[in-house]
Amino acid sequence: MCGAKAGGVSTDGVDLTQESVVQGVVLRDGEPVAGAYVRLLDAGGEFTAEVPTSATGQFRFFAAPGSWTLRTLAPQSDVVDRAVVAAKGEVAEVEVVL
Amino acid sequence: MSTDTRDRVLVDADWVESHLEDAKVVLVEVDEDTSAYDKNHIAGAVRLDWKKDLQDPVRRDFVDKEQFEKLLSARGIGNDDTVVLYGGNNNWFAAYAYWYFKLYGHGDVRLLDGGRKKWELDSRELVPDLPERAATTYTAKEQDRSIRAFRDEVEAAIGQKNLVDVRSPDEFAGRLLAPAHLPQEQAQRKGHIPTASNIPWSQAANDDGTFKSDDELTTLYGDAGVDFDKDTIAYCRIGERSSHTWFVLHEILGQANVKNYDGSWVEWGSLVGVPITLEDPS
Repeated sequence: MCGAKAGGVSTDGVDLTQESVVQGVVLRDGEPVAGAYVRLLDAGGEFTAEVPTSATGQFRFFAAPGSWTLRTLAPQSDVVDRAVVAAKGEVAEVEVVL
Repeated sequence: MSTDTRDRVLVDADWVESHLEDAKVVLVEVDEDTSAYDKNHIAGAVRLDWKKDLQDPVRRDFVDKEQFEKLLSARGIGNDDTVVLYGGNNNWFAAYAYWYFKLYGHGDVRLLDGGRKKWELDSRELVPDLPERAATTYTAKEQDRSIRAFRDEVEAAIGQKNLVDVRSPDEFAGRLLAPAHLPQEQAQRKGHIPTASNIPWSQAANDDGTFKSDDELTTLYGDAGVDFDKDTIAYCRIGERSSHTWFVLHEILGQANVKNYDGSWVEWGSLVGVPITLEDPS
């Protein structure tokens, strides 16, 4: 499997003590945005992954520990970048506002 | 190599919209997670499932020539049709299907530049209706092995040919084992094939998923150490992102002797005794 499921892969059955999760929601005027594209860029700005947001505007990545940037593209919207730090065994929550 | 080459293998969204009623143009959406197609797709598009339709259900290999013929016949795709592929994930699976169609010798196959993402970001029309296409009698050719690399050839290519690892820098260096939208606990060893250059597929694309210009692409691979006078093998984790790079090198830039190693890291990272390098690209 290598495809990106909308919203990201479920954490059911995943050993989260071994993962560095970055997840969150994309909002516009307080409402979740479905079908936005959130990409995870590494500390050097390189693409590492991308998922379309779910029907409830959510996204999830299984990163490595360190500093990352979330870049969000959505129709009728400017690109929004948000910095986030991931740590092993922890879930970093990010709210992206368009 | 030239705009002519690019125009033979890539179409843009305006071209697709102006050919929606053209019966000789078959739009094909290719995804792994087919729920996107179920929800909606470009009008008239048929679907191919990367796994269920294109992989043998038991062995790790492709469907054979007869199965591929049966599949395309059932989808209503004829030998003389223009097949336009698109999909999610920045066209990874569409590029993989493109390479696969070429492997079995289809004449006119193209990619929609930017794929489903660019189409969505442009707010173009997507419909839920399923198309009806009359079945055909499709005839495939024997696999063109000049574009497919196997593990022994990859091992022999270490230090000899251009090996291009198109995964992200974190996967190349062994900090991640899969793209970061997937859980990282995997069975393979981490790292990359010795002497491979790390040229992530994403460097060949703009943020909206469209391909960069010919000049930008030539500079990208040249600066990263690809010797255009040598043969090239591209790989990633399961062979779909490397199809994207194969498409750039072989189809857009017109390089001869470029192969996709579809076994990729899932195979290499599991092989007993093969060499692996763990280091950062720098």
